[in-house]
Amino acid sequence: MDLEYSAGHQAFRDEVREFLKGWPLKGDEAKRPQEEQEQIFRKRGIEAGYVYRAVPKQYGGSEQPSDAIKDRIIIEEFYAAGAPRDLMSQGAGLMVPTILEFGTEEQKERWIPPALTGEENWCQGYSEPGSGSDLASLQCQARLDGDEWVLNGQKIWTSSAQRAHMMFGLFRSEPDAKKHEGITYLLVPMDAKGIEVRPLREMGGGYEFNEVFFDDVRVPVSNTVGVRGQGWQISRATLVHERNLIGNPNMMREAFSDLLDLARSRTLNGRPANEDAGVRRRLAEIEGYVQTSQLSNMRQFTASNKGKMLEVMRPMMMNKVAGTDTMQMIMKCAYDLLGGDGVIAPTEDELDTWGRKTTSSGWVLQYIFSMGPSIAGGASNIQRNIIGERGYGLPRDLRRTS
Amino acid sequence: MDFGLSEEQEMLQETIRGFAQNECPTTRLRELFDEGEGHDPALWSALAEMGIAGLIVPEEHGGAGMEILDLALVAEVLGEFAIPGPFLGHSLAIRGVMLAASAAQQANLLPDLASGEMIATVALQEADAAWAPESWTARVRDGRLTGEKTIVSHAALADRILVGLDGGGLAWVDAKGQGVVIEDLGGIDRTRPVYKVRFEGAPAEVLEGGSGNAWQLVETAAVLLAADAFGSATKLIDLDVAYAMEREQFGQPIAQFQAIKHTVARIGTDIEPARALFWYAAHCQDAIEAEAGRAASVAKAHITDRAMNAARESVELHGGYGFTWECEVQMWFKRIMLDRSLLGTPDQWRERTAVMGEY
Repeated sequence: MDLEYSAGHQAFRDEVREFLKGWPLKGDEAKRPQEEQEQIFRKRGIEAGYVYRAVPKQYGGSEQPSDAIKDRIIIEEFYAAGAPRDLMSQGAGLMVPTILEFGTEEQKERWIPPALTGEENWCQGYSEPGSGSDLASLQCQARLDGDEWVLNGQKIWTSSAQRAHMMFGLFRSEPDAKKHEGITYLLVPMDAKGIEVRPLREMGGGYEFNEVFFDDVRVPVSNTVGVRGQGWQISRATLVHERNLIGNPNMMREAFSDLLDLARSRTLNGRPANEDAGVRRRLAEIEGYVQTSQLSNMRQFTASNKGKMLEVMRPMMMNKVAGTDTMQMIMKCAYDLLGGDGVIAPTEDELDTWGRKTTSSGWVLQYIFSMGPSIAGGASNIQRNIIGERGYGLPRDLRRTS
Repeated sequence: MDFGLSEEQEMLQETIRGFAQNECPTTRLRELFDEGEGHDPALWSALAEMGIAGLIVPEEHGGAGMEILDLALVAEVLGEFAIPGPFLGHSLAIRGVMLAASAAQQANLLPDLASGEMIATVALQEADAAWAPESWTARVRDGRLTGEKTIVSHAALADRILVGLDGGGLAWVDAKGQGVVIEDLGGIDRTRPVYKVRFEGAPAEVLEGGSGNAWQLVETAAVLLAADAFGSATKLIDLDVAYAMEREQFGQPIAQFQAIKHTVARIGTDIEPARALFWYAAHCQDAIEAEAGRAASVAKAHITDRAMNAARESVELHGGYGFTWECEVQMWFKRIMLDRSLLGTPDQWRERTAVMGEY
């Protein structure tokens, strides 16, 4: 065990820090809209070899030799500087790795570059009204007609579908095959004729997710990813990326640090809340979970680096549920610190900014939002099934076979 | 950057695991548990021969010259098999000597301890949960020790006792000598019996290396207790899984019920990731001094608390059988009770975490 970085990696860290002095932008550039500024800086990050390192240059990435320690240094430093790096969008974070692995040359050239810059937004068409945890039972139909797929049916809980240019989704192409074998992974233009997006209002008050209806929507057969009927296997690969997006220990560390600041700013029984013995214990208990997640992540990182992935399968399976449980603990504690202010609803403004934790109602929104990740990408109870069955070898649930 | 075990460390754990499986299987553990001596001379000398008694003693004094991380890895496996014996107190006495004794004292004391022929323990905690060094009141005047210590593990077996003093100093005492009165407290963990020890003017040698190391010693104790609790909890999860597969109700193994599967998943998710927590806390003692205090605080509070919860869940999972003396779960349940309550409860270590983290 050695937590020191090698001289080479230490020098690399210095180099990254030097580069990050360029953020935030200065002069005239700083007057541009925020989104543009991020695009400018991200482009510089790609040129410098810090952003989209795993994506080949021809598709808009920086194509760097694989070095997990450098990746980690970049994440740490960019995170500390609050600088834009790889987009964590559904397009760049979920679709791109899938297309890189399973897509055709034409698909890579056409879809990856604009997803990396954010010029084209993507949404994920997986869940259906009757197919949530039992995703493989999905019924949304794809029927082949000449060189086009014809889509009919409905998707649900489709986040940001209202802004998306494209959807990557799962459709039943072989109605007579076994449920895991008749699914095809398709790329669907959201402006195609016959698509209707209806917003769903979330319990927080915003309209981030949607229902998407397909009525004889025609999609070229060249938009099929991988082999027809193999969509389920392809989607499993995407799911790994999604769960990794959710269980991010840096995010947890930052939320905990915000929680400490909140405790310092609130009063309890006439004294600063951070001096209250009960609050202090609760905070320290949460720190136990936060540290555990961070350190378990480091252990997994080292193991995968050494090619010993099998040794850390169990803790890897646990990342999502441990991470979302810890985030919920943080938000519950924050909510209690708000006292009576906890009953004030978030403003429209806060809904737009996803509840930045600078106001008490911003925290209220976060308190509500923290439920979301526990459900998205495989609900916690399903995660516990996976841990029990694949992690500890317990038998599968009894299930009715159709 | 490498947050993993070396091949030597993995082999060390595998060696002890293999030894424990052969020499102290559950049947033998059960006998030792019922006898309640908390010691098996054959087991201890075999461990000593493997170098476990003097694991962290420098090679020039006859030890294996290994690190606190290695010590914690051993503690984990001993917890996993609930091995009875004086490992904890003995290792801490060595750590105390290495932290606070002069070079001459170390040269004098360590070789006998390293071989395991001389068994030592530590007496730190005093009555009323006074376990933090600031609260110690035992004192040495003119070479004579007076004071009372409690929850001293293996005091009746030990040849020597390292005693925490008023002001954070440490003194070395002959446990079999005059002025030392040892009273069996009837400890709950029958693999590691505990005693009250009264010092009535016992001849004592004060370690000369200063008094600033008491917290470091207590923090090493915290890490070893956390590692032991971690190992114990992983064993309980194994027992839970085996029982859930074998026990049938409503015509199927109870493992097939989600209530049971989710219990295993929950305690697994509490315990398995925390392996990294005690690794880190131990490694900080070896290499990252500035972080050592906070890391030990978090590890002791978090792991012993979560392990105790896992133990309670394990009893429940075993149903009526789980509530019996016969069921092996109780041996690890009680092992974890000691890990959790000795030298500071989770609440107390959490307050210390809050202080160190400048909440």
